[in-house]
Amino acid sequence: MGLLDAGFSRDNVLVAPVDAVLNWARLSSLWPMGFGLACCAIEMMATNASNYDLERFGIFPRSSPRQSDLMIVAGTVTMKMAERVVRLYEQMPEPRYVLSMGSCSNCGGPYWEHGYHVLKGVDRVIPVDVFVPGCPPRPEALIGGLMKIQELIRMEQIGMSREEALRKLAENAVEPRPLIEQERSAAGA
Amino acid sequence: MEEAANVSKEVQLCAATYSVIHEKFGDAISAFDQNPTMPFFEVLDTALWTDIALFMRDHPKLKFNYMACLSGVDYPEEEKLGIVCNLESIGVYPHRIAVKVRCARQGGSIPSVACVWHTANWHEREAYDMLGIQFDGHPDLRRILCPDDWEGWPLRKDYRVQESYHGIKVPY
Repeated sequence: MGLLDAGFSRDNVLVAPVDAVLNWARLSSLWPMGFGLACCAIEMMATNASNYDLERFGIFPRSSPRQSDLMIVAGTVTMKMAERVVRLYEQMPEPRYVLSMGSCSNCGGPYWEHGYHVLKGVDRVIPVDVFVPGCPPRPEALIGGLMKIQELIRMEQIGMSREEALRKLAENAVEPRPLIEQERSAAGA
Repeated sequence: MEEAANVSKEVQLCAATYSVIHEKFGDAISAFDQNPTMPFFEVLDTALWTDIALFMRDHPKLKFNYMACLSGVDYPEEEKLGIVCNLESIGVYPHRIAVKVRCARQGGSIPSVACVWHTANWHEREAYDMLGIQFDGHPDLRRILCPDDWEGWPLRKDYRVQESYHGIKVPY
């Protein structure tokens, strides 16, 4: 439930917990770092562009890690790049979130066995909050992942660790299959 | 005669360039191979490779002024490493040819041709990076793709990836 759904009183006063206001502010202007590593980055750029329009979520790529809340690891992370990714992650101010986009950054993807130069999953070097599967994921999938990040932020409370927020997020998971079937039958497919 | 009729125009052009080189260097180069995809010869006297390259670039009948590619090859059965150079003559002649040079897998080296074709500079660095081929006289023989402190030569047939790199686990 969003903050604005709480409704205003007659005198235009909104009563809400502090952490709900903080969470609302954070999740409504998630600024990802503008960098891409491989073909997933093309899909990420398509998601940023007008057809999928991430700006309606307040998501707008920033050119500096110091201005970013979110790192979208879009593409193949090589061993050489891994150290740079860690460095960029460390330059981001807290609270920071990481979304691993696509098979390569999730687990090494097609390079899992013979790709000597590829990091087999970016979670080996930095903590990842949301994994988006796909090779590459469609923009819809990336938007789904970003909405997961927003949900995670909504779960947060002052004094609560990230692990607890992630656990709460996992507990509130929705099985997508029935919803998809429902949509399909409604569309008459 | 029948054999000659089967050979394409391209290979005939290539054979003509080979005979010019063979006239000058004789036994330092192998017999001509009429490979229909890419005819080639091998440099047997590896030490002469830079001279042969210069000759091929500057001779008025050859003018191989363009190195299209230089690839590294591993021959583990023969205990050898080698390079394959694809040479062309842009804007002068329609001929093209491949040259193979090989050296011992342990402690061998190949003369650099980076001074002949500047393209060879980075290509030789790549061959060094992937297969560990030493190029004598190369101006800047460093790894080009892998990190500088990477262990081993990834494209050798017996390559085993290192367990960790800067504390990060490498295998899956």
